Amino acid sequence: MVTIIDYGVGNLFSLESSFAFIGEDATVTSDPDAVRSAERLILPGVGAFGDAAEKLRSSGMFEAVLDAAEAGIPLLGICLGMQLLFEKSFEYGEHGGLGLIKGSVRPMRGYIPDSEKIPQIGWNSLALTERGGECPIFEDIKNGDFVYFVHSFYGSDCGGALAASVDCGGVPVTAAVWGGGSVFGTQFHPEKSGDVGLRILKSFSKVPKGGPVL
Amino acid sequence: MITKRIIPCLDVRDGRVVKGVNFKDLADVDSPVALASYYSDAGADELVFYDITASAEGRRIFTDILAEAARRVFIPLTVGGGVSSLSDFERVLRCGADKVSVNSGAIKDPSLIGEAAKRYGDQCVVISADVKRVNGEFRVFARGGRDDTGLEAVEWIKRCVGNGAGEVVLNSMDTDGVKGGFDLPMLRTVCDAVSVPVIASGGAGKVEDFVTLFREVPGVDAGLAASVFHFGEIKIPDLKAALAAEGIPVRIGEK
Repeated sequence: MVTIIDYGVGNLFSLESSFAFIGEDATVTSDPDAVRSAERLILPGVGAFGDAAEKLRSSGMFEAVLDAAEAGIPLLGICLGMQLLFEKSFEYGEHGGLGLIKGSVRPMRGYIPDSEKIPQIGWNSLALTERGGECPIFEDIKNGDFVYFVHSFYGSDCGGALAASVDCGGVPVTAAVWGGGSVFGTQFHPEKSGDVGLRILKSFSKVPKGGPVL
Repeated sequence: MITKRIIPCLDVRDGRVVKGVNFKDLADVDSPVALASYYSDAGADELVFYDITASAEGRRIFTDILAEAARRVFIPLTVGGGVSSLSDFERVLRCGADKVSVNSGAIKDPSLIGEAAKRYGDQCVVISADVKRVNGEFRVFARGGRDDTGLEAVEWIKRCVGNGAGEVVLNSMDTDGVKGGFDLPMLRTVCDAVSVPVIASGGAGKVEDFVTLFREVPGVDAGLAASVFHFGEIKIPDLKAALAAEGIPVRIGEK
């Protein structure tokens, strides 16, 4: 059973549909206690970091997600949900994140060449790192597989947690992170990445409860 | 690097896919859900569902069909047609749409784009413009290309992007339905004016038109077409292979 965290940010229809399609039970919850007792968790999210972090806090989900991660419950952050795993974000000001992945979230403008469009919208091919090659959610994924991105900010300085990157005008941009424990993040949308994405969700739904996070 | 996208557009009326030739003489093609699934398997990078229904009953059928497609197809879905309020955004986003394209609705209420972008994010809001040359300038048309708004297109599109539209669909009425190729001068002008992704629409007749599009106007991010795909005149795997052979980055590798 996969529990999708509803904290008032983003559209959960496609996520629910994608789990239904691959034959995995999924449920949506806005109850922090259901998050603490979940088998595995999806942290979705679209929109602005500061706003989403505030909603996580006001809904009681911030502590619940930290408790769940502490207990080794597999957690997958998607898109803004991945960015929220980081320590902080510099999207319109400075905002604190969950701190489950080292590093910060920064604007792509100024990092990738000016000739590149922002937001980055579209399909890009994954370059898995050594960490990514060992990552359980990528067990059925190979280098060069295409996934779908929509974002203007990126996860920076995540060091050894970098599991995959993509090329944006000659510059590597974080596509996925894995701390080595039960916390995973994808900047791309597996629920919108065709068969490749569905395979990632399938693999995530088999990740067993793990040990320490970092 | 980010690949160039190929986007079939499904015009939906009363639960069926139709395609207008120069917006007239609509002819039935197929079931929207079946066609969406077929395109996804064939390697389409994204789909546009365009609601050309006028009635409330038709609206309900459209959202049911959209939800059905979103349960089976796991690539991005953009919805357009008749979007004139935040509640229209809400209605289609709840049924699995990822992006919403606004056309006449933004002309009638210029604050719509800003409000929608604030609530759902820039990435969710697409400005779609039907543009035609009138007296030597690019003019925006409303209501499915029926009304000349008097608005100059480049200024209009820049304003919409400034208000928060995260993507532009530029449909040239001068080349639409003619199948003689995309409107390269018009596309070049708009690509030079905005920094968000631009989707070319109107004029695709054959595979080479897409090759020419991406080669001649590198700023274009995606090519959109309808009837050439629906009638099988262009097969998406053939199109992707031809683009790749020309060194244009495309997504290949799905079934």
